[in-house]
Amino acid sequence: MNKLAVAVGALVLLGGGYFLGQGKQSEPTVIKVASEPKAAFTSSGSDEVAAATTGALSVRSLETPTSGELIVVKDGESIQDAVKAASPGAVIKVMPGTYKETVYIDKDNITLSGVIEQGRYPVLEGEGVRNDAVLYSGNGVTIENLYITHYKGNGIMGQAGNNYIIRNNYVVDTGVYGIFPQLGKNGIVSHNIISGIEDAAIYVGMSDHVDVVYNQVYESVAGIEIENSRHALVEANYVYNNTGGILAFITPGLPIKTCGDVLIRNNFVVNNNHENFAIPGSLVSNIPAGAGILNMACDDVVIEGNIITGNDSVGILLTDFSLATSAAKDPDSEPNPNRPKILNNIMQNNGTNPAPLVRAFLATQLETQGPDIVDTVGMDDGCILNPERFRTLGLDKYGDCEFSNTSNVVSYTLPEPVPPRSKEGFKKGKLAYYGVCAGCHAYNSRMIGPPTQILQALYMDNPEGIAAYAANPVKKRDDYPEMPPQGHLDEETLMAAAKYMLKVKK
Amino acid sequence: MMKQYLLPALGCLFLVLSGQLIAAEQDFQLKEDCPPGFELTTGHCELRSLYQMYPSLVGAGVGGLKTGLPEWRDGFTPQQTDLGRYLFFDPALSGDGSVSCASCHHPDKGFADGLGRSIGITGEPVARSAPTLWNVAFLKSFFWDARATTLEQQMQGPLFDAHEMGNSPDKLLATLNGIPAYRDLFAQAWPEDFASDGAQIRLDQIYAAITAFQVSLISLNSRYDHYAHGYHEALTEPEIEGMNIFRSFVARCSECHTPPLFTNQQIAVIGTPDPEGMPFDIGAQKTLKEPSQRGGFKVPSLRNIDLTAPYMHSGRFATLRDAAEFYTDGRGHAVPEGEELKIHWHIWEPKLSDDELDRLVDFMKTLTDESFKPDQPDRLPSGMKPVHNDIAQLGSNHDVETQHE
Repeated sequence: MNKLAVAVGALVLLGGGYFLGQGKQSEPTVIKVASEPKAAFTSSGSDEVAAATTGALSVRSLETPTSGELIVVKDGESIQDAVKAASPGAVIKVMPGTYKETVYIDKDNITLSGVIEQGRYPVLEGEGVRNDAVLYSGNGVTIENLYITHYKGNGIMGQAGNNYIIRNNYVVDTGVYGIFPQLGKNGIVSHNIISGIEDAAIYVGMSDHVDVVYNQVYESVAGIEIENSRHALVEANYVYNNTGGILAFITPGLPIKTCGDVLIRNNFVVNNNHENFAIPGSLVSNIPAGAGILNMACDDVVIEGNIITGNDSVGILLTDFSLATSAAKDPDSEPNPNRPKILNNIMQNNGTNPAPLVRAFLATQLETQGPDIVDTVGMDDGCILNPERFRTLGLDKYGDCEFSNTSNVVSYTLPEPVPPRSKEGFKKGKLAYYGVCAGCHAYNSRMIGPPTQILQALYMDNPEGIAAYAANPVKKRDDYPEMPPQGHLDEETLMAAAKYMLKVKK
Repeated sequence: MMKQYLLPALGCLFLVLSGQLIAAEQDFQLKEDCPPGFELTTGHCELRSLYQMYPSLVGAGVGGLKTGLPEWRDGFTPQQTDLGRYLFFDPALSGDGSVSCASCHHPDKGFADGLGRSIGITGEPVARSAPTLWNVAFLKSFFWDARATTLEQQMQGPLFDAHEMGNSPDKLLATLNGIPAYRDLFAQAWPEDFASDGAQIRLDQIYAAITAFQVSLISLNSRYDHYAHGYHEALTEPEIEGMNIFRSFVARCSECHTPPLFTNQQIAVIGTPDPEGMPFDIGAQKTLKEPSQRGGFKVPSLRNIDLTAPYMHSGRFATLRDAAEFYTDGRGHAVPEGEELKIHWHIWEPKLSDDELDRLVDFMKTLTDESFKPDQPDRLPSGMKPVHNDIAQLGSNHDVETQHE
């Protein structure tokens, strides 16, 4: 079965219009000294960050707002009970001990913080039966200092929370993804130690403006994966003994279809030769063991200053969806890794024992050793500095880069947090009136409840009366059914809706 | 206190009077109010929802609890919307007057029909199951195989399909132009187009009116929504447990059935079985002319899903429990021999327990909200009787058969 898959994979690579460039550098090395400095690096993300930066520069200064509320959870108690009791701004401190639960945070500005005593962490123990350790959807969460193990799904998973901080956690032998922020904007994933994950140890999915920095990831199928995301900085991570080290991907078939402006910088990408133990059918099951950095279809990826050594198949692999043989094609996803930029990486000892898929490909090039860098598409809009230093395949059309480094970008997180969700300018009262009340109250015609016009005559200058009644209605009229309570709207929303109801004119 | 009782009494009197006028076969009068959920602004109805308080990443309308909506259609007038409602329920739109849009999209059946495969004018089941019309305002593509990109384009499918409503554009125009009440109503909906005496009803007006009605079918006030907006008491403990399974990366439901609409509007090859004796349905392969999309179908929204059994493109699963269980019975377990499908990567072996499946069903039932359900007219401009309840009767007979499969 494996052999067949390899043969099919190689055929697909060949059949997909594979660029078979001149592999060997035959020309003599040209020594040049620049007469003037190169231009500064710019990108849409760096522009956005620079434009938002006012006053003194501070890097990754994002913090979860706190209110002074403190809840301490002790061994034997439930973290979720604390979350339920917490108000936005609360700090929940979890003492060392073992916690067998799934924690979900559907509130804003919650700090979930482990207390570490003499190296003892609070342990979230999934026992191989629980799904995910921590789920969050709220804005502004911090999740730190936890030891998470034996969950079936993810260690820490975010759905659309903005301004998140996930740091200083251990995630060990836990399911599909270790840390998985998804569909959020502005976040930091730093100083986590993650191993034994059957997909990506750190997986940033469909997100904008995220820094993944100072993490240690190993013995997972993928170390760090940036997928269908924009403005991501992956820096100073220690990535070793995974199947593939650092990935920038477009996964076809997702609702957000672009990936771009990803800086992969100053990481250690070492000996990523782990056997692929991914779930059959998953995208990462296609990754050949021994891949250091992999860019599939992601645009404007800068790979700079990394130490990339001992990866048995290839140091850097740039490719299109021909690698994704298991997924259905998505006509709306652009497959090429456009405008790749490769700067000043240290590369040594890569490609010495290529995985079968890579070996089959190399055979077509009359090669046996994997290259430092291969571009299977043969992009003509890429750039590389000092190409003579590396053994490359498919980079013949790459030019010189217009910039020599990206040091002017210190972070892709935003200097100010993404604002709270309730947008200015939208009238909450109006939205609640039309979005909820109007199901039963039309302006001047009878629906399930009395017309708004009648209520206006009744309540006049008394929105408080409407709000109070709506929260706790009683049967008033024989000719109408009793109103169902609207306590699901908070007091502020109820008052706003009541005020709007009294002034609406049609 | 007098005033409180007097006003409704006056209202009732008015209703009685206008009822008598209607009984005398006088003009139909189109509503001047927008449907619930819409604000009348400069003559047009614009959607209003609490979800409009929230943004979404790159405006895609997918995310978590407090996430903004995908792009939507609105901006029709109250009159156009109400005219669409009459058309929707009127069997005059079908070739032989035997079915209306509502026959397969019945308001009391979640705007579906309770059938595995829908039944058109021939009395025979068609190829696929009728999807719900709730929240179609937010959809980018239509039909299970995503072959239409607008509602106007979509409705021409069933209207003019020999097995569904069996009409033709010419016949439809002739029918409606031959009904004075409709000429009058179209003139109310498009006064400027009917300024001259000889003005005729046009196809684009028919499509626009029905679209206007369809995009008014908004369902965003379920108990789940109350939870999402911050009222956590709206859901019971088992339902919250179900929600956490739903969004967990073990069950992975929310990866494709993504809030707030509970669909990511993509096509997915998941390999559900076709009905016994039916040939393999290639789905979106035909639409996209893409072999790797063989057996691919649009991810349906799960809003009001409890109302629209049976499930999947073929109506193969009688209950939500059966539909949920499909995902834990093994990747590709129902793919016919000889078919090589690119099964979606989120279809795996989550090994969900019986309890977990029950909780998932508990949660999906919290997505029900019919608070904006429109009125069903008991009298139609064509003078014909509404027929959708007859077909629904047929539907309940057929249900029994489906369950035997």
